[in-house]
Amino acid sequence: MIRFEKVFKRYPGEGSDAVRDLNFEIQAGTICMLVGPSGCGKTTTMKMINKLIEPTSGAIWIGGRNIDTVDTIELRLSIGYIIQDTGLFPHMTVGENIAVVPGELGWKKDRVNARIEELLELVDLNPKTFRNKRPHELSGGQKQRVGVARALAADPPIMLMDEPFGALDPITRAKMQDEFLSIQDKIRKTIVFVTHDIEEAIKMGDSIAVLKGGQIVQLASPMEILANPNDPFVSELIGGRNSLKMLNLMRCGQIMKPLPAGKTEAEPKGLAGAKQGVLGLRATAQDALAEMLRTGERFTYVQDAGGEVVGLVDFEDLLQRASRHGVV
Amino acid sequence: MASFSALVKVLLLGAVGVLLCVWVVENPQDSLVSRLVTYDKVWVLLLQHLYLVAASALLAVVTAVPLGVALTRPAWKAWAPRVLAVVNVGQTVPSLAVVALTVGVLGVGSKTAIVALWIYSLLPILSNTLVGFQELDPAITEAARGMGMKPRRVLFRVELPLAAPLILAGIRTAVTITIGSAILAAFVGGGGMGNLIIAGNNISRWQVLVLGATLPVLMALVADIAFERLETKASR
Repeated sequence: MIRFEKVFKRYPGEGSDAVRDLNFEIQAGTICMLVGPSGCGKTTTMKMINKLIEPTSGAIWIGGRNIDTVDTIELRLSIGYIIQDTGLFPHMTVGENIAVVPGELGWKKDRVNARIEELLELVDLNPKTFRNKRPHELSGGQKQRVGVARALAADPPIMLMDEPFGALDPITRAKMQDEFLSIQDKIRKTIVFVTHDIEEAIKMGDSIAVLKGGQIVQLASPMEILANPNDPFVSELIGGRNSLKMLNLMRCGQIMKPLPAGKTEAEPKGLAGAKQGVLGLRATAQDALAEMLRTGERFTYVQDAGGEVVGLVDFEDLLQRASRHGVV
Repeated sequence: MASFSALVKVLLLGAVGVLLCVWVVENPQDSLVSRLVTYDKVWVLLLQHLYLVAASALLAVVTAVPLGVALTRPAWKAWAPRVLAVVNVGQTVPSLAVVALTVGVLGVGSKTAIVALWIYSLLPILSNTLVGFQELDPAITEAARGMGMKPRRVLFRVELPLAAPLILAGIRTAVTITIGSAILAAFVGGGGMGNLIIAGNNISRWQVLVLGATLPVLMALVADIAFERLETKASR
């Protein structure tokens, strides 16, 4: 858990605070998105956690310890750090890049080697192919994967990510986001993620802190931010069509009506020739709506990983869920 | 392939030098030349020349690189322009004057020559070291610090390797210039190929003069090729 307590930062020679009176908590094992326009203080906020920037006043606590009392090197070694363009060292191979933090920690060679293989597999890169490549031989997405692997090398409980996917094309970006979320499902790190992209924040975050002029204007779950933006600035940032965006946060698996047991047997066969598409459990409510619009039906089926139809999402229910929050 | 052609070039340059030397030694115009120019004497002068260059270049590397690194550390950064200005002024003084001034302090001998050549090699190495560090992507060094590398490790494992190609380029410039300037050592009793040039001039035997002037040129070309190889290796 990370806690900010009355944190202020003013850079020398500046007339105003870069960040002002930050008081908030990030729960262990969750992703907290810091979002806002450039100059809003989001990166400053993040860099104070690994002491790349010292607060002017206030305290930051990690797991009950004031980081002021923790040795800087020790603190940083326990925090994974990923920046835009990943900051991979161009003169080192992929393997050497990943081995940096274990090297600083004095791990034995065998252990480092095993860890490099394990991590490359985790981020879906073939260790044989990629271990000895240099960063300039990799695509943007591959570099990003290596960046993630490097940050995870010593299994730090906390990760700081500064616009990690900012330089990627939209398709690679979406793919990396999905993959990162599925990695996070396995590793459950406490993650502070800086982005200027509200869509990314909504998609990735367990909580979102919207910053403006060095202050947090709203800190809430993505759903809450979409349903009840508490400030005109937040609404503007979201840019309207909140209900459609909310549909993106609902998974078919959560909102479907389970089919009666007897019917499940019959439906799949009937489906073969039917126009209705079938969606997976992880498909979003927006996918479901799109499917209904495409087929002209007022419902769509949901199947589990084994291909068995287990439920359906219907239009009336969707309408109710999206409008219940009173935003359009 | 690149190393192959570099090797061929070096061998060719060496062959030119050997042939020239053989021609001058085997075809003396008179007894004056045959006594002055023997294989042994040319060999000794060549080694002296190499020694002058190597000693002054080494001295310049071990002083200018650490100085350059120090001047990129936060505590000393402010001094960089001033130090660079001083070294710059040193560079604008003609090399003969530097040699002459050094004689005033240290007397004659190879030591004087080495010190003068050292002063003269500082600038290219220092300025390239400074530029090499200034050109580093700040995001890379910040990533290194943010990951928990100690300042010393950031310097040796990240900054120096990345700045190496530019530092090497500075050493390359310094060494090739010094090979030429080392001729001046002959004026202060430092030896080297300059002896042949002075002698050839005094006794008006152009072959001797040409030999003394050509061998340093060939050496400079060989050094240039060798450093080019090193640089490509470092920036790979």
